[in-house]
Amino acid sequence: MSGAWTAAAALARRDLRAALRRWGELALPLCFFVIVLTLFPLGLAPERDTLAAIGPGVLWVAALLASLLALETLFRGDMDDGSMEQLVLSPQPLALLALVKALIHWLLSGLPLVLLTPLVAQAFYLPTDALWVLALALLLATPTLSLIGAVAAALTASLRRGAGVLGILVLPLAVPLLVFGARATDLAIQGQSAAGPLYLLAALFALAVTLAPLAIAAALRISVD
Amino acid sequence: MWLWFHKLGSPPYFYRTAGRLIPWFAIPAVLLLVAGTVGGLAIAPSDYEQGDGFRIIYVHVPSAYLAMFGYVAMAIAAAIGLIWRMKLAFAFAAACAPIGAAFTFLCLATGSLWGKPMWGVWWDWDGRMTSMLVLLFLYLGVIALRGAFDDAAKGDRAAALLAIVGVVNIPIIKFSVDWWNTLHQPATISKLSAPSMTMDMLGWLLIMIVGYMLFFAAVVTLRLRGEVLLRERGARWIRGLDSRA
Repeated sequence: MSGAWTAAAALARRDLRAALRRWGELALPLCFFVIVLTLFPLGLAPERDTLAAIGPGVLWVAALLASLLALETLFRGDMDDGSMEQLVLSPQPLALLALVKALIHWLLSGLPLVLLTPLVAQAFYLPTDALWVLALALLLATPTLSLIGAVAAALTASLRRGAGVLGILVLPLAVPLLVFGARATDLAIQGQSAAGPLYLLAALFALAVTLAPLAIAAALRISVD
Repeated sequence: MWLWFHKLGSPPYFYRTAGRLIPWFAIPAVLLLVAGTVGGLAIAPSDYEQGDGFRIIYVHVPSAYLAMFGYVAMAIAAAIGLIWRMKLAFAFAAACAPIGAAFTFLCLATGSLWGKPMWGVWWDWDGRMTSMLVLLFLYLGVIALRGAFDDAAKGDRAAALLAIVGVVNIPIIKFSVDWWNTLHQPATISKLSAPSMTMDMLGWLLIMIVGYMLFFAAVVTLRLRGEVLLRERGARWIRGLDSRA
């Protein structure tokens, strides 16, 4: 068993190092996130009430789209240089390696979004009390999104023009995250307890972290051969 | 039983059997659909609250059933295909997807038409409608994913995996009316309790549902024959087929 953990740790180190050396690629989804959020106040009349009303929804949709942008590169490099074949052929459980890849992906694309959100939320005049709930909801939802997205990315990994299909696959499955996430934020803004939707987000995360790695592994096997 | 099952996996044998089965599905389907339509639209009493407007239930509920049934059938076939590498199971899943998507669309469209006079809105973002819309997107995703692969066998397996993952949506659709208390009414027919409909309304609905089921079977078999021909093109047995058979 220790072999599996060594392999997982080595894979995590390699993925982190490879990603940090091309930090421009990491910054891209974040820039996209901020730009999309800037477009809404400019496209609508920038009135306090309007922005505060649409704020939570816009934040969540922008976060979904930004993470979609980051998904495309998740398995692309490994597929192109053949290291994905080595991962599939290795004696270590592929589901564990898939989980590592998805979580590293979250660390580099999901976590920065969570850290950025409270800043951006100010632009939409969200009350400060709601910020903690918003950040917590995003913290619970983004890893689930990375895991669901990794399933779709693995399915489309061998496609040249996979980007369009990726959106069709991920977004319907991400609907529950959007519903409960926006609901939690909404409740918090109204000053009520957001515990219900937050628990549901946590349950979805538990479901995704246990089942998604198996699906990612199966999808990678299909994509590689 | 197993011999029959394995024989069914052979494309030429299946092609002939399916051709013989189609009339057995199609003729009762037409009879039941005609009977159900006449009964539902003309004979069943009108509702004391909704008047004649409720009669759209005879299209709406069967198509909702078939939309979900088609998805589950597709996912089970997909699982069989992935586990036992049965080519015919993939062909079945491929044949199910567009039909199921059509039923989902029909369900959403009739529901919307029903909603306008009864609720005053075409659409409401409640759990049942949203999850049904997600079902439509899942169908489209499965179709799109299969089409995106140049290698048909690979596309089959990728679409199969997606179909299995999407099954999580089915219980959400089923229980959405119990979990969220919204515009959409709870289930009319349930196994455990008495139906909330009188027998002279319900009978026609059941006839319609069976008719839809048989119609689904007939169309799937028809499409499946087409899929088999497409997938086996170039095989020797196809050249031996009489074009009129």
